[in-house]
Amino acid sequence: MRLGLIGNPNTGKSSIFNLLTGLKQHIGNFPGVTVDKKHGGFSHAGIQYELIDFPGTYSIYPRSSDEKVVYDSLINAESEIRPQALLVVVDASNLERNLLLFSQVYDLQLPTLMILNMIDLADRRNLKIDLAGLKQKFPDAEIVTTNARIKSGKNRIYKALETLKVRAGHKFNVSEITSADDLEAQEKETLERQALIRDLINDVVTEEKQEETFSSKLDKILVHPVLGYLIFGLVLITIFQFIFTFANVPMDIIDGAFALLSDYFAGVMPEGIFTDLLTQGIIPGIGGVVIFIPQIALLFFFIGILEESGYLARVVFIMDRFMRPFGLNGRSIVPLMSSVACAIPGVMAARTIPNWKERLITILVAPLMSCSARIPVYTLLIALVIPEQKVFGFMNVQGLVLFCLYLLGIVMALVVAMLLNAIILKKEKGSLILEMPTYKMPRLSNLGLTVLEKVRVFVWDAGKIILAISIILWALATYGPSDRMEKAGVEADQMAQQMDLSPKETDQFVSSKKLENSYIGIIGKTIEPVIEPIGYDWKIGISLVTSFAAREVFVGSMATIYAVQDESETTAPLLEKMRREKLVDGTPVYSLATGVSLMVFYVFAMMCMATLAVVKRETKSWKWPIVQVVYMGVLAYLGAYIAYITFS
Amino acid sequence: MVTELDKIANGRLVTVDSLKDSNLKVKLMEMGLISGKKVKVLFRAPFGDPIAIDIEGYVLSLRRSEANLIYVNSEKSL
Repeated sequence: MRLGLIGNPNTGKSSIFNLLTGLKQHIGNFPGVTVDKKHGGFSHAGIQYELIDFPGTYSIYPRSSDEKVVYDSLINAESEIRPQALLVVVDASNLERNLLLFSQVYDLQLPTLMILNMIDLADRRNLKIDLAGLKQKFPDAEIVTTNARIKSGKNRIYKALETLKVRAGHKFNVSEITSADDLEAQEKETLERQALIRDLINDVVTEEKQEETFSSKLDKILVHPVLGYLIFGLVLITIFQFIFTFANVPMDIIDGAFALLSDYFAGVMPEGIFTDLLTQGIIPGIGGVVIFIPQIALLFFFIGILEESGYLARVVFIMDRFMRPFGLNGRSIVPLMSSVACAIPGVMAARTIPNWKERLITILVAPLMSCSARIPVYTLLIALVIPEQKVFGFMNVQGLVLFCLYLLGIVMALVVAMLLNAIILKKEKGSLILEMPTYKMPRLSNLGLTVLEKVRVFVWDAGKIILAISIILWALATYGPSDRMEKAGVEADQMAQQMDLSPKETDQFVSSKKLENSYIGIIGKTIEPVIEPIGYDWKIGISLVTSFAAREVFVGSMATIYAVQDESETTAPLLEKMRREKLVDGTPVYSLATGVSLMVFYVFAMMCMATLAVVKRETKSWKWPIVQVVYMGVLAYLGAYIAYITFS
Repeated sequence: MVTELDKIANGRLVTVDSLKDSNLKVKLMEMGLISGKKVKVLFRAPFGDPIAIDIEGYVLSLRRSEANLIYVNSEKSL
């Protein structure tokens, strides 16, 4: 039996969903739209139930594309996902506003169960709800009370499912639910309904005067014009500290484990294409997906705490005014800030922005924020071309340059957002009519399920694309036209003998020559005329192509090309080789101009297939990731060109 | 005295009179802003925008332009 779960935002709807389905949750797609469909299963009394978690909404009449899903699925009798019965979560501490949606849904004539949640909060507010009186107004609905936060009420919901009434035509408001577009008719119908609800409330709810609540005291501090921002800054710093401290450990372990796995299979399997595919293509490819999990999990754990505690709504409140001129919303702040760690969770976090245009702009500019994968690239290049000097006696120039690179990314993200805001036309105007939920203690079980959901979505939906691209990149780096690579390998071997290199140096030299003659090497050489104006040679070209897998691959590729074994964690030998690299005319390749040009290139360029895969996942089309690659590519090229000219 | 909600100072309690015609009108109604509701202006973000209000027990944030769509009755004595 298919059940639909409906309710206002902040009513504990997802807690109810978790309570009923536990770990049996899946993410799918509502037919024809970009909205995720969360559904799960459970069984009771021999009946198998499928529960669909519909997007939270205040009314059946849709105000956003997410809410339209609710209207379309419930009103349209043909809809393939139309539920056979409805579970409506109602916040007992805010009955009047919640009953609007409930009564609308009740009038649809589907078997209906009211889940009166947060009954404890209502108690604390001295609200007395006369359940029998409520039942009289909705005689054909079942009503149960729950406190989903402490997992209370599951059995009451199960029992009520057994006695759900087939509807016999009783309606709360006699007027019909009208069309989704006719605002005038909606206004009339809503007015009638709200008058009826007002009377109902007067009959069934008695309220005693209350003291100033905990929430309003905390609000005085958290949205304070000075303290508010200070606290938000501290919260961010704390989160990033945690992520950089704790994500690295599992990331190193994953890195090492996959390397070991590759070595193991390379050792036990016979040499050949299939072994190479497995040990150099597939296993590192999967490793390249798994490596992101610690960062994604940690970030969503923290975002989950901010969201569940109610603090996020306060951050949105104090940031909205600053984000608005850029076509963004207060809610964009979290995705953008997350992108400083990694754009993948950043793009996924944009889900909380209800307005599609604002969400899209946020997704499109998020990768311009300098993520942690750029750090190794920045560090290498800064060490290469920026002298270790101090300005004004105390400021380290290298540190200053690093800071400027971050700043460049942020400023460009805002500028691009502003331009996109002017270009992307959409009727849906952004608004901030937003409920500020009361502060609550986050529940670990809810957080755990959120993290699990995000990781699952990333691994299954984006992982496939990442794996496919990494195998393609591997093939391009491993194979060349006809026997060109073998010949190059043999030649390199002979040259190495003439040069009297040690066996290890020979290996490095051979792999460097092989890479040069692979398809990627050929691509690198082919694009040389294009990248020459911005100061790069074909060796940098090859690294640009390979680092599309992930930006930090740039460092490894440079090491291979310059035949430096990347043994220790330091890049010192690579730095030496790069410094010695000379052009035909004897000037060094890595001049200040080329170095700065490369840094600017890496600030702007969309060199991350994992992010692209996630953007495809979140926008449900290839259009936007392609737009992103193109606009960021143009920015990177122009930016690098300007930098190169300026510093030449 | 009838005035728009965005003109009301923090801490004051007012009653919703009516809503201006706009495509946000039904949305605002759905959020509980219907005539006769008691609304308290709680606080404002820096630069006075957005505004947080209490609508008989729950807190709603609105941009100033959105608060401007709401006519309220304010009594001098409050």
